[in-house]
Amino acid sequence: MIEYSWLAIAVPLASSGLLLLLGRRSNAWGHLLATVASAASFVVGLLVLLEVMGRPVAERVIDVPLYDWLPAGDLSVEAGLRIDPLSLTFVMLITFVGTLIHVYSIGYMAHDRARRRFFAYLNLFVAAMLVLVMADSYALLFVGWEGVGLASYLLIGFWNFHTPNAVAAKKAFVMNRVGDMGLIVAMGLLFATFGSVSFADVDAGVAALSTVNSPMLIATGLMLLLGACGKSAQVPLQAWLGDAMAGPTPVSALIHAATMVTAGVYLIVRSASIFDAAPTAQLVVVVIGAVTLLFGAGVACAKDDIKKSLAGSTMSQIGYMVLAAGLGPIGYAFAIFHLVTHGFFKAGLFLGAGSVMHGMGDDVDMRRYGALRKFMVVTWLTFGAGWLAIMGVPPFAGFYSKDKIIEAAFVGSGWQPWVLGTVTLVGAGITAFYMSRMFFMTFTGKARWVDNADLLGPDDRRPVRHPHESPAVMTIPMIVLAIGAVTLGFLLSLGDGIVGWLEPVTGHVDHEAHPPVLPVPVIMGVSLALVAVGILLAWRQYGRNPVPITPPTGSVLTRAARQDFYGDAVNEAVFQRPGQDLSRTLVYADTAVVDGAIRGAAEGTVGLGQALRKLQNGMVRSYGLMILGGFVLIAVVLHFVRM
Amino acid sequence: MHYLVLSSILFTIGAVTVLTRRNAILAFMGVELMLNSCNLALVTFSRVHGQLTGQVMAFYVMVVAAAEVVVGLAIIVSIYRARRTVSVDEPSLLKG
Amino acid sequence: MDSVVGTGGEVAIFWIIAPLMVIAALALLFARKPVHAAVGLIFVMIGMAFLYTMLEAPFLGVAQVVVYTGAIMILFVFVLMLVGVDAADAAVDTLKAQRWVAYVLGAGLVAVLAGVIVTATLPDAVGLEVANANTNPAGVAHVIFGATVFTLELVGVLLIVAALSAITLTHREALQQARNQKATVRLRQRAYARGEGSQVLTPMPAPGVYAEHNAADVPALDPYGRPIDISVPRVLRIRGQELDPASFDGHVAQIAEGRYLSRPPAPTPEQSAAALAAEADLERAVVTETVEDMLAEERGDLPEPESDHESEPTDDGRSDLEEKGDRS
Repeated sequence: MIEYSWLAIAVPLASSGLLLLLGRRSNAWGHLLATVASAASFVVGLLVLLEVMGRPVAERVIDVPLYDWLPAGDLSVEAGLRIDPLSLTFVMLITFVGTLIHVYSIGYMAHDRARRRFFAYLNLFVAAMLVLVMADSYALLFVGWEGVGLASYLLIGFWNFHTPNAVAAKKAFVMNRVGDMGLIVAMGLLFATFGSVSFADVDAGVAALSTVNSPMLIATGLMLLLGACGKSAQVPLQAWLGDAMAGPTPVSALIHAATMVTAGVYLIVRSASIFDAAPTAQLVVVVIGAVTLLFGAGVACAKDDIKKSLAGSTMSQIGYMVLAAGLGPIGYAFAIFHLVTHGFFKAGLFLGAGSVMHGMGDDVDMRRYGALRKFMVVTWLTFGAGWLAIMGVPPFAGFYSKDKIIEAAFVGSGWQPWVLGTVTLVGAGITAFYMSRMFFMTFTGKARWVDNADLLGPDDRRPVRHPHESPAVMTIPMIVLAIGAVTLGFLLSLGDGIVGWLEPVTGHVDHEAHPPVLPVPVIMGVSLALVAVGILLAWRQYGRNPVPITPPTGSVLTRAARQDFYGDAVNEAVFQRPGQDLSRTLVYADTAVVDGAIRGAAEGTVGLGQALRKLQNGMVRSYGLMILGGFVLIAVVLHFVRM
Repeated sequence: MHYLVLSSILFTIGAVTVLTRRNAILAFMGVELMLNSCNLALVTFSRVHGQLTGQVMAFYVMVVAAAEVVVGLAIIVSIYRARRTVSVDEPSLLKG
Repeated sequence: MDSVVGTGGEVAIFWIIAPLMVIAALALLFARKPVHAAVGLIFVMIGMAFLYTMLEAPFLGVAQVVVYTGAIMILFVFVLMLVGVDAADAAVDTLKAQRWVAYVLGAGLVAVLAGVIVTATLPDAVGLEVANANTNPAGVAHVIFGATVFTLELVGVLLIVAALSAITLTHREALQQARNQKATVRLRQRAYARGEGSQVLTPMPAPGVYAEHNAADVPALDPYGRPIDISVPRVLRIRGQELDPASFDGHVAQIAEGRYLSRPPAPTPEQSAAALAAEADLERAVVTETVEDMLAEERGDLPEPESDHESEPTDDGRSDLEEKGDRS
């Protein structure tokens, strides 16, 4: 089956193309075909996984060449697939969660006239993401990278008749592009140094290098990090993720929670050899991860929009993963572990939010929710499972994965483990706070809505809502994901667990040899305590006390967090306005200098022509004068030449 | 040699006449003056070299000048009939 | 190089003739009236003839007088009279600076040419005694009909072509049939019959007939002693230069007394206007009928409408022929 692993890409891609080409004629069955295509990918991936699992450990990294893609002299890129534990993990995550979200979307987009197009784009996304994770070279990875960027743009701006959606899509695409530039530069550096961009050659080349921390490697690592920041919404390229919530909720669940935004982490782990050989770059990665961790958590605390709060949470959790990936070999496996569990519970949380929105008339303002657990039981339960998982409450999935990261953060010497460890612990506490806030504001407390307009008093800002549970086609995926959120952590830690599974890729690390600076039980205890404190604070403010419908003016920090810590303002001031000024200057230079030169040449020629034209005045006598003058001149010249 | 200097002076006067006079006939007369001065130079050289070739050439120049005058004056008369003017400045249709 | 100039007599003649020729050439350049310029050129040519003779080229000297002066310059003068005798160049040149640039260039040209000549070294003049052994015309003929006979033939063809071109270029299409004597008389009779024209059947008397004076500007007198205006040429009448015969009374007596006449006064504007007005009458006094019309009417053809037959002589003579064919 390994030779046919490309079917996992081809089937959704073909389905997407078919649905887009057939157009309205496929409206009746398009969504079903798309879901089946996605499921087919899952089946292919599963078969490949089983076959690989049947192989001995040493043979689990397989390169499947497909065809000669770019035979271009020195840089000859072949398209091929890399089947190894890392890529298979991602394939499973993408196809499984993806298929579930396809099923969910059948119900969520049931009333949308463009549903078929939505499914075509979803399939396109799945295909592109699979290309990304199954590629055997940076070039083919980049194809998938761009593909998911395209799918993200198409899906965020799916309802583009509403202009802010289109603007948000554009913003996401442009900021992704900045990251893509980093990836391209990195590929160029790799080609210049190693003569190839395939993973095998790069890994071999880095191993053959004698110098560690060379400027080239650091530069490559930083460029790769830039690409990862763009795709994974890390600081400084984080501003697009909040706006991306303008897309339909399944999109937010699939792309901006489980899969696309994790591509950055994938890239970093894939380039492990480069980062291991450039500790300076690793340090930058860790710092970025830590900063984003706190940034995202802060933003999530203050947002009243449920999706934007979840987006901030995603940003923060990916910060955890990036931090773990930046720690080096001790952290790679945990980053992937957390990535997988996060994929499940975050997708579950998003689908739950979508379900809530579906029941509350597409309202996203949590301040108008409240006491929904009686009306949406399944949603409440699945959302609760995700809530507990993300906070890291044992025995839910997050506990296993996030705690491992915190422990790994505390490993090392000098200031690094203390700072990083403290940051991750604090982040865990804040995570607990904002997730509990979300949970309590939505499902508990008093209802801040009415189901009958007669119950409204004067100056009553409560909306009229009729919350109801979502249909089965939507709740079943949520249930499956909730089961994953509950059990996956435990399951993936059995035996060698996922860490051992990933060893062919991440390398074997003896964790006993690198203990954290604080003993593990202490870390675990402190983190659980912080989680409890977070839940308690949230309960006190949002669970027990009534939540005001109008957001109160908070502290400076709250107001800043509501504005995404002024990320947009910074972007505008640093990039947008200078960029526009530069553009304007260049346009002016183009018209004035370049065009002016050409126009000047033309006008000069015309002017010269006009001047010379006056020589021909039609008067015979002036022509005769010129003849005589010329004759005299020639005679003089000849005379002097003779002399 | 004095003859040659005289010839060049007459030639120059003829050339300036052609350029300055606006009456076409007078300009033509300037051309005749130039031809005559060339004849003088030819005859002088024939004497210098002791051969009659110069004189023969001068003779031919004379004949050709006669033919040229005929045709030229015919043209001037024809233009006069059409345009009622003999100024060389009038036909300036080739003005650029 | 003085051997070119030869003996002292030659030198003297040269230095007399040459400056005069230059002055005459300058007259050609600067003269106001075209006829004066032509005279200047004639003078130059005659001077040339003298020089040719001095340069042992008597044949050319005579040919110069006969051909150039006698034929070409006369032709020039004829054409001048025909077209351009009044056309005095205006003082202001249409092309500004043309004049001065031309002078400067001319000075430059003469400087260059004279400089070249002066600095050139000529071989000693051989002289033409040997070549003119058989007299100069014979010697020249020997060369013309000997070495350059082909050129001679070509030049002959050239002359024929020139003559033909002169005819062709000045050819005018006859717009009307030419009037011979018989047609003139008959047209006049018909006009008299119709009441048009001058109502006089006889040819006009020449100026001065019946007159006591034979000047062109004095009108003739009819048998009753009245002046006949139309006996004075039209031009003079328009210019108002017709004289009143009565003003001559007493002229003879004045002359006999020794007082000489002054020119008659210039015509006043009223006189000129009156003359011009009279011109209109004179127009009507002219016979306007064409010979073709007369012939056509006599044949009995309907009179043609007065179509504007202002066709210029076109190259496509075919159209004219066709129209003529239609007529007759």
